[in-house]
Amino acid sequence: MTEGVVNEELRCMCGSGQLGHGIPREAFERGVALKPHFIGADMGSTDIGPYYLGAGLPDGHEAVIRRDLEMFLLAGRRLNVPLLLGSAGSAGGEPHLQLTLRILYDIARQHRLSFKLAIIHAEVGAEYVLRKLRAGKVTPCGPVPELTEATVRRATRMVGQMGMEPFIAALAAGADVIIAGRACDAAVFAAYPVFRGADKGLAMHLGKIIECSSLSAEPGGRDAIMGYLRNDHFVLESMNPMRRCTATSVAAHSLYEQPNPYEVVEPGGRLDMNKAVYKTLDDRRASVSGSVWEPNPTYTIKIEGVEKIGYRYFSLGAMRCPIAVRQTPEILGAVEAMVADLLRGDFDPADYRLKFRPYGWNGAMGEGEPAPGHSNEVMVVTDVVARTPEIAQAVCSVARYNLLHYFYPGILATGGNLAVPFVPSDVSGGEVYEFSVYHLVEVDDPLELFPMELVEIREGARHG
Amino acid sequence: MARLQDLVRVLRSKNAGPFSITFDVLFRNEAAYQRARNSGLFTAAALAPVLRFPEEKIRVVYYPPAHAIKIAVPRRHSSGAFDDTDIFGCQQHAPLLDLDIP
Repeated sequence: MTEGVVNEELRCMCGSGQLGHGIPREAFERGVALKPHFIGADMGSTDIGPYYLGAGLPDGHEAVIRRDLEMFLLAGRRLNVPLLLGSAGSAGGEPHLQLTLRILYDIARQHRLSFKLAIIHAEVGAEYVLRKLRAGKVTPCGPVPELTEATVRRATRMVGQMGMEPFIAALAAGADVIIAGRACDAAVFAAYPVFRGADKGLAMHLGKIIECSSLSAEPGGRDAIMGYLRNDHFVLESMNPMRRCTATSVAAHSLYEQPNPYEVVEPGGRLDMNKAVYKTLDDRRASVSGSVWEPNPTYTIKIEGVEKIGYRYFSLGAMRCPIAVRQTPEILGAVEAMVADLLRGDFDPADYRLKFRPYGWNGAMGEGEPAPGHSNEVMVVTDVVARTPEIAQAVCSVARYNLLHYFYPGILATGGNLAVPFVPSDVSGGEVYEFSVYHLVEVDDPLELFPMELVEIREGARHG
Repeated sequence: MARLQDLVRVLRSKNAGPFSITFDVLFRNEAAYQRARNSGLFTAAALAPVLRFPEEKIRVVYYPPAHAIKIAVPRRHSSGAFDDTDIFGCQQHAPLLDLDIP
């Protein structure tokens, strides 16, 4: 790795902040025409909820992933610049990585492409985490309970969020295309500049901003963005001419999905933005300088894990009778108790959870709702999660039927309490997972959790 | 008096990881930001009854470069948990819209 500053401008392009949901083509091609030094893309986040990590599936359709990957891969090979993809298959576990690779190999074969591929794995085994836990090297990341051995053992799948080092190792090995499992979003975009000797603080800050594509512009959007990294600052420009990067729009982006706009904790250190200076350059571009990288004495990796809590069935029905609507919480509470009573003996209460979600009352905010019940209709979602799909379906059918025909005080409409829009009424919601691990693990080496494979692809065929 | 929604260009809630929610209040200009900041309404104590969280769980950060105030709270239920109502955490901002700002 070269030390010191870069003496040229590095054009850092983010092709997509969520590859697999349809890359806007025009802005992407405009970015490619500016001959970036590399193109990065991010495919995932925990924002999509716990399901995809648990189920081993991507958030997004395979046909769209193929479309986006093809655009990305062909552009990189045409320019002969490195391509870096992080959090493959949305959640970045092993099945997600393999799905992404299968599509990538298909595209390579179809276009007879030649390139050196680096594959970086990110799935973490329970034994590793247990060993770290026993050594006292695991701490909660934010408002999360302390990790226990039981939680680790129950986890369906765990991934580590890699920093920039595994990407740098792949670049040093001569990779043209890097497909990585779960990765810190900013690291995907900071790796190449740091590999070329750029300042880590500026590179990480640049990465943080461009990893969301043009969200830092005004109006924000999903178009490709270019970061021009120079010695002591960087410049941002959306590849869609209608989106303007301004000092305020870029500074405001530091707030997004982060608990603190002045510092971001990343693998191996923290990005200090207290002294960052944001300037509007013209009506399209803004510059940033002054961000500082503070390395940590210990290197930590964030581990994300989920556990399966069962199978869901749900049912929809709307109450419109005002006499019922104003008694919504009382009716739902009474029916829940009635259902529990009715099922006792035949179904183990530990095997299922039933919840009525009253939309139009407090469905979106639950306990946080300051003003429940200002609607003339309430959509009740009967939600059941159970140990097996059969139990979930049985409890769901009993619950919605008893809600349909519950006799509440003052009832006039004795024909039924719910306007039911669909039949069959009980719908499968599939497997259900919850986040159970969100912890920092101290590692001895930033690469230790992320094994790399190198594959030579010639004329679309795999070698090695 | 003005309602908060009339002083801002963005007022949003969003996950910051699966266990936290943050509220971003981006004011229209410096004057609106200063007015809100000086109102005393953007402190953990004053926000506790509005957000229905105990004071000690609320963190408020002032961010002048973007004329913004940021509020962070832990989630009541992690994103996607059985009792969660909002996987993305993006519809929890509503109680702030009607805050009266002197």
